[in-house]
Amino acid sequence: MSSTIEFTINGKDITGRPGQTVLEAAQDAGVYIPRLCYMRGLAAFGACRVCTVLVNGRPQAACTQTVAPGMVVENNTEKMTAFRRNLIDMLFVEGNHFCMFCEKSGNCELQALAYRFGIAAPKYPYMFQPREVDMSHGDVFIDRNRCVLCGRCVRASRDVDGKHVFDFVGRGLHKRIAVNAEALLGDTELAVTDKAAEACPVGAIVKKRVGYAVPVGQRLYDHKPIGSEIESTAL
Amino acid sequence: MSDNLPAVVHEICQAHGGDRTRLMDIVRAMQQKFGCVSGPAMELLAKELSIHRVEIESLVSFYSFLSTRPKGQVVIRLCNDVIDQMAGADEVARAFEEELGIKFGQTTPDGKISLEYTACIGMCDQVPAALVNDVVVTELSTDAARRIVRELRKHGDPTRLVTRHGDGCNGHELVRAMVMNNIRQRGSIIFTPTNRGEAIRKALAITPAEVIRAVKTARLRGRGGAGFPTGMKWEFTRAAGGEQRCVLCNADEGEPGTFKDRVLLTEMPDRVFAGMTIAGYAIGADEGILYLRGEYAYLRAYLEQILAKRRQDNLLGNNILGKRAFKFDLRIQMGAGAYICGEETALISSCEGLRGDPKNRPPFPAQKGYLGRPTVVNNVETLCCVTKILEEGPATFAEFGSQGSTGTKLLSISGDCRSRGVFEVPFGIKLSEVLKLAGGEDAIAVQVGGASGQMVAREEFNRTICYDDLATGGSLMVFGPERNVLEVADKFMAFFVEESCGYCTPCRVGNVLLKDRLERITAGCGEPADLEYLQELGTTVKTMSRCGLGQTSANPILTTLKNFRATYNALVKKRGDGRQPAFDLAAAVAEAETIIGRKSTHAHA
Repeated sequence: MSSTIEFTINGKDITGRPGQTVLEAAQDAGVYIPRLCYMRGLAAFGACRVCTVLVNGRPQAACTQTVAPGMVVENNTEKMTAFRRNLIDMLFVEGNHFCMFCEKSGNCELQALAYRFGIAAPKYPYMFQPREVDMSHGDVFIDRNRCVLCGRCVRASRDVDGKHVFDFVGRGLHKRIAVNAEALLGDTELAVTDKAAEACPVGAIVKKRVGYAVPVGQRLYDHKPIGSEIESTAL
Repeated sequence: MSDNLPAVVHEICQAHGGDRTRLMDIVRAMQQKFGCVSGPAMELLAKELSIHRVEIESLVSFYSFLSTRPKGQVVIRLCNDVIDQMAGADEVARAFEEELGIKFGQTTPDGKISLEYTACIGMCDQVPAALVNDVVVTELSTDAARRIVRELRKHGDPTRLVTRHGDGCNGHELVRAMVMNNIRQRGSIIFTPTNRGEAIRKALAITPAEVIRAVKTARLRGRGGAGFPTGMKWEFTRAAGGEQRCVLCNADEGEPGTFKDRVLLTEMPDRVFAGMTIAGYAIGADEGILYLRGEYAYLRAYLEQILAKRRQDNLLGNNILGKRAFKFDLRIQMGAGAYICGEETALISSCEGLRGDPKNRPPFPAQKGYLGRPTVVNNVETLCCVTKILEEGPATFAEFGSQGSTGTKLLSISGDCRSRGVFEVPFGIKLSEVLKLAGGEDAIAVQVGGASGQMVAREEFNRTICYDDLATGGSLMVFGPERNVLEVADKFMAFFVEESCGYCTPCRVGNVLLKDRLERITAGCGEPADLEYLQELGTTVKTMSRCGLGQTSANPILTTLKNFRATYNALVKKRGDGRQPAFDLAAAVAEAETIIGRKSTHAHA
């Protein structure tokens, strides 16, 4: 088997490795494919669908699709960007996201994606669903109002920390994050040093007492849009 | 009861080899025994199986027939699909509520009876229907509902509700169901006499590659709806690496309006099992699973007996029919109320003792399926076709139907027609001819392919049933002149909202948004821009969703927008006052009016 695989994204030649996903091969080549549930080092999940690209004309999640020779990938087309914006909108109206009160603001991937896509306000009506907050743990809290069900905490705890502190319960709109205890995070083995405690892309699983250690204005996405760190490496 | 909980948990886990992948069976057994899988039970199960409690909660909370909170000893589940509602399910529902003194979702104070709604239970030709535990009751009236409650109050035994038996094997001592087969038309492939064992004998006389070639020569395509060429699927699976392979039969017939697999499993289970065995031989698998939807639990004992007989007769097991080194056996995996498990990768997840979440593709099941093994998933009807192809040869099979769609197709026909039931028709038949067969000539619309299919308008009744035109798993719901197609679409959307697994964003959220906006329109509060909104949102859900459910869930809206545009246009209106049509000023200020004690002059102008 050849050690490199040649394909294109929006006409640009990309070289990937066998077994690599479209998303990672693109990233290595300095092409940013927007994503939310993806996290380097965790198993691909394919849930948020933000990274959906057209592969030879068919929609595929770039985080789960492996590269193949000659593959024609469409990423930032007008059509795909519109679909992605709709997904971001959906996540905003599904949960209760109040950026101005959220300690994650500026470091939040959902917020950063919204800014990158130029979303000032979602076009869908808010659902205002009641969601549970769990402050029972000494060092970490869960605010399910902000959860986007990306499963990063589930995978991090199960596959990296070896604990399985989190998993999903319910289905459809009733799906939510549950903990490995009768009800409370405080009754689980979660430690503040766990990968799961820092895997959340939004403000749903947050470490206590450090929320404002970095002031607003100096945060990850305060000056440059999300993805620019990848695009700046492009040749 | 709680004293012996640890002992019962231990016993049930041991009965399944302490195997985590059998979690579905384990929690089903717990549910049956205790009416729920409680917190303490989950703790004990987790210890016994060396897994985490939250994994069990994750699974239990996924399936609608399982629960963490106690339910009544008897659970009445009334089917609330659109066909049942057209036949008066709402009145039956009120009768159940009145007689029980509880609402849907509640349990009687004595803890004896729970009342719930459930999605299509595969009885659309004998509606309204309900499940009482595992017992199916059909053609319900308000009187029947009241009688059922009174009897259950007296003896608490759902099996005693069955006073008459249906036709054919529904009367078998291990079935004893009032369910009817309603086979209305027998064709040349499926509903034909069969010589038990002949197909397997013929298959074993040739090589596996030749068996696959026969299936390819017959140009057999999957009967579940997607229509993938069966021979090709088998070939991919056989070519995949690894020691063990697996054959799964998808009997999770959950698409609203379809019930033909129920009839096949009742009347010709031997042919289904023969098809699985032949598939096993062809792909090199020695293991098979029949995934039977929880709604068809009443068939389980009967099917187990058929399997036992096949083992006795050397049609299953080691050295089948004397063929050295060919062994194949299969087990029945019960589902527990989840439409999504009819999606092949979700079905695999469920067989593995997981939530019925679909898996990421690639890899496809042919490469990496059940427990990571190359796996073939075939529909019940497809496997019946396989048996016929081996019995009579591919050429005979391909004589029926059309070039791209060989053989016959079973249609499950329900709704506004005189003759409801299962029809075996040759592929290529026109929809109008089908309607004539079923006595549904007055129809204004036919939903072809179930909720995920398409709503076809009268102008298109000359289209044909085949893979290249109206492809369908076989569900045909007929709607007469008095029906409102947008209300039907709304019911289908409610179904998808209920049955979405919630894994991916577009399906979990998008379907709810679609349904809300459709409701606004049917309530007469829509504006022309709402139609664009539905189109754009529907296309997003269709394009961006992860599996077949989400990729088709917007179809009720997208196909009615296309085929019944005039109906929408008649409902939406622009308002001249600058307000959105959905905004009701009087309602918005009603609470404030109560507080200040006077009526707003503006709101009631």
